[in-house]
Amino acid sequence: MAIIKVLNLTKKFHHTLAVDNLSFSVKKGEVFAFLGPNGAGKTTTIRMLTTLLKPTSGKISINSFDPLTQKDQVRKSFGIVFQDSSLDEELTALENMEFHAVLYQLDRQTRRQRIEGLLKIVDLWDRRNDLVKTYSGGMRRRLEIARGLLHHPTIFFLDEPTLGLDPQTRNTIWEQISQLNRKYRTTIFFSTHYLEEAEKMASRIAIIDHGQIVALGTARELKTQTKTKSLEAAYLKITGKHIREESADHLAQMRLRMGHHKKR
Amino acid sequence: MKTNQLNTIYIMWLRQIKRYWRSKSRIIGSIGQPLLFLVAMGFGLGPMYAKAGGGSYLDFLSPGIIGQAILFMAVFNGVELIWDRQFGFLKETLVAPVSRLEIVLGRVLGGTTISVFQGIIVFFLTLILGFRPQNLALLPLSLVFMFLIALFYTTLGTAIASLMEDFHGFQLIMNFLVMPTFFLSGALFPLDNTASVLTTIAKFNPLTYGIDGLRQTLANTAVFNLSLDILVLTVLSGILLMVSSYLFSKIEA
Repeated sequence: MAIIKVLNLTKKFHHTLAVDNLSFSVKKGEVFAFLGPNGAGKTTTIRMLTTLLKPTSGKISINSFDPLTQKDQVRKSFGIVFQDSSLDEELTALENMEFHAVLYQLDRQTRRQRIEGLLKIVDLWDRRNDLVKTYSGGMRRRLEIARGLLHHPTIFFLDEPTLGLDPQTRNTIWEQISQLNRKYRTTIFFSTHYLEEAEKMASRIAIIDHGQIVALGTARELKTQTKTKSLEAAYLKITGKHIREESADHLAQMRLRMGHHKKR
Repeated sequence: MKTNQLNTIYIMWLRQIKRYWRSKSRIIGSIGQPLLFLVAMGFGLGPMYAKAGGGSYLDFLSPGIIGQAILFMAVFNGVELIWDRQFGFLKETLVAPVSRLEIVLGRVLGGTTISVFQGIIVFFLTLILGFRPQNLALLPLSLVFMFLIALFYTTLGTAIASLMEDFHGFQLIMNFLVMPTFFLSGALFPLDNTASVLTTIAKFNPLTYGIDGLRQTLANTAVFNLSLDILVLTVLSGILLMVSSYLFSKIEA
């Protein structure tokens, strides 16, 4: 059964075509990797799948709900770890979790149990009462993962969840994610630039470029198709060797500028 | 309202309060400006005001500065939404399965509470400087006016912030909205004996009604009817709340 269905999905920003007639589906319980160069349309697609952005045209079904008309059902169906942090740094880890649990209408008992369980899994239980602004990048990411799973979503979106983390942290994070995938049959939909992560973790891989899917299959299929030995070689053969300059949107530009002034 | 909806509003409110309470520097910093106005104007212009037959300027000024403190704090709290956008937290609330009106209500009530608290701090400041309220029995009514001013301007700040993508416009808001609102509201000078143009402008300024209400309940001087003050602020806040939650629901992230 397809838990995510996308049909002819298109998104235009002014005159640029960010997502161009995209169609694919993801099965329940699958670990699905979304690869592609910068600016290929990965994040835009995830934003449309998660009700944050209205498509220009096309159809989406998430857990058999429509993100345009059944927003709340869709929102209850998924958890998400965004590319950039979406934690409140002025709150503690526990408070961030509590906040999420209340928004997702978990009762007090369930809330306590799950928060404790998840914070222990991501190894942050001992630091639960510390403000998030004292956390390292890896700790923040682990907290976001724990938070995203708090309401037991059917689908878990992760937009470059391991970006900028050291190999140890990346390894831990993936162990935890795949543990959850096995335990709850949570569908995992993730984007990454680390091809070895996709090869190791994903049951199927979609490669997207210029807003279109240019290849879709298991890592082995992609290698056979392109007659290459590694996924990286296959990826480069499919998407070319040109370096892409991502045209930073307003928000990204601002974040870059702010980064220079941040005193942390 | 269902418990779930109240819970959403409550948790949004609680978050604002916690953030405010933890930034002691912000609390102290925000007292500086009203204090400066009170000292420089209250004591600087006071003798002249008395000489002209106006009575105690501090008595006249104090309700105005309480209003000013609430105005600044409220707009700032509303505009803080841009901050959430910048640091990504906004997305966490946007993907949550709750109505946009609940999110806005929680945020606005949080900002309103903080601003009223700010007004109370400044009220105590005026007491230290020598201001004495005319009638203690009217103090609860003063609190109602503090609440209404805070509510209106937090909502206004939120509405504006929903339209803004970044902080570039913040200075614009301060210079072309907050400052004129303050100076043309009767906070600093009596409206009944100034040039009529100024009075007319002030009549279109919501803060005028808030400060008039504060002044009636604290210092017993008035321009408008007390119920008119309450009516204007309540109706405007209600309308603005709807506008604000509509604009918020249009945010794409």
